[in-house]
Amino acid sequence: MTTSNLSAIQQQARDAAMSMPLDDIDPANPDYFTHDTVGHYFERLRRDDPVHKSVSPFFGPYWSITKYADIMHVDTHHDIFSSDWSRGGITLTDPPEGEKLQMFIAMDPPRHDEQRKAITPIVAPPNLMKMEALIRERTCKVLDSLPRNETFNWVDKVSIELTTLMLATLFDFPLQDRRLLTWWSDVATMNKAINPDALEPHERMAELGKMLEYFTRLWNERINAPPASDLVSMLAHGPSTRNMSPLEYMGNLVLLIVGGNDTTRNSMTGGLLALHDNPDQWAKLRANPALVESLVPEIVRWQTPLAHMRRTAVQDSEVGGKRIKAGDKVAMWYLSGNRDESAIDDPHKFIIDRARPRQHLSFGFGIHRCVGNRLAELQLRILWEEILPRFPVIEVVGEPMRVRSTFVRGFSQLPVRIPG
Amino acid sequence: MPQVTFITFAGEHHVVDVPAGTTLMRAATDHGVPGIDGDCGGNCACATCHVFIEAPWAERLSPRSDAEEDMLGLTVDPRPTSRLGCQIRVTDVLDGIVVHLPQGQH
Repeated sequence: MTTSNLSAIQQQARDAAMSMPLDDIDPANPDYFTHDTVGHYFERLRRDDPVHKSVSPFFGPYWSITKYADIMHVDTHHDIFSSDWSRGGITLTDPPEGEKLQMFIAMDPPRHDEQRKAITPIVAPPNLMKMEALIRERTCKVLDSLPRNETFNWVDKVSIELTTLMLATLFDFPLQDRRLLTWWSDVATMNKAINPDALEPHERMAELGKMLEYFTRLWNERINAPPASDLVSMLAHGPSTRNMSPLEYMGNLVLLIVGGNDTTRNSMTGGLLALHDNPDQWAKLRANPALVESLVPEIVRWQTPLAHMRRTAVQDSEVGGKRIKAGDKVAMWYLSGNRDESAIDDPHKFIIDRARPRQHLSFGFGIHRCVGNRLAELQLRILWEEILPRFPVIEVVGEPMRVRSTFVRGFSQLPVRIPG
Repeated sequence: MPQVTFITFAGEHHVVDVPAGTTLMRAATDHGVPGIDGDCGGNCACATCHVFIEAPWAERLSPRSDAEEDMLGLTVDPRPTSRLGCQIRVTDVLDGIVVHLPQGQH
């Protein structure tokens, strides 16, 4: 990475990351994410201590896995590295007892497999083909209604709007209430320990309780109707999901709302920012719109919408020469693996026509690999297919504001202006 | 060089010759055969190289590993003939193998 064109804040972080004692490095620092300086710390770790133990003031002791191959190893050894909610689940934060949400992302086999299989059909290829026309229609409508010649927040008017519409479609959720889905997604991922603006834990659970009430009404409607192809109906009729407890239903709803929501949202914002920051790639795309196909996975790699996934070791094992003991907390830093030059060529460059663009960690690998990955790509592909002919110019006119989180890598604001 | 015939869901035939030892996944991706993705690069970690292999070829393959079983269970249309292409290496014994592709990978 050349340092000649780094801003002051980046240079300062880089100097610190490269010179501080290894033992002091703790990448799960929310400030590093708000300022987007965490990459320097990951670079140091990949070079000097790829499997690295830290003690976090927020999360306690944990291992950081920073290289692509080691992350692949942890992700595919689910028998050693558990996702189970009872051990703390899949993020570095251990939520308090009553708050642990039971969702299949935070389960191990066999229960994980049973519940995941109930969801899989909705994102199966035949269903995706059915959804494409509706996604395109809604995308066009949103793009056509964007303001011209005035600054607006792309996050709100495009990224949130489109992903919320998509989610409302998946759940067959009343369209006029769809912003509740965004709200509940944000409530589910907020963390008072890190973010002072977050709701108190009891307030958070109260809001999620309201979500459960709303979806319980929908469940009761759908269970008495013939099976349909929306997510609520699938859960209500599926043999392994129709008897789930309210807490489990809530957990799975949160999973599908969060999984389908702010990840795609942040890729929609991140893609525009990446093209803006790399005008040569923008020009390449405009000259050859067919490159949308390889642009999309590169956006997902570049953004890495979920910076890490956490596991808890259930037996002792060795990773990268280090002994990880049963009970240890382990963070797979997808954001670091996606910049690992031993696995990806020129990983620090945004390149829209890579030969193997899907070779990235953003969706994870193994049995928990993102079940909606093709749906996410479909939405992004349609977005860019419809942007290119409509807007010869899109200007990013201010700095992005990033979400304060070591888990979600996202934006709350991106000021944009479209001339016209 | 052993030959592999891929048959897409729509019934198109793609015939490729590959060096012995090449996985079915690479045989497809290296030759631009549509319908196999191989997102994880051959690590039995994504199930996007899902294929169907029937008799007489199926019997000549080594059995599915536990890891392969786990991943196949998560595909959209798992069948008794399902295999992951990255787990099967083409050898002279498999010269002429016919590989059917599913409707989509995800």
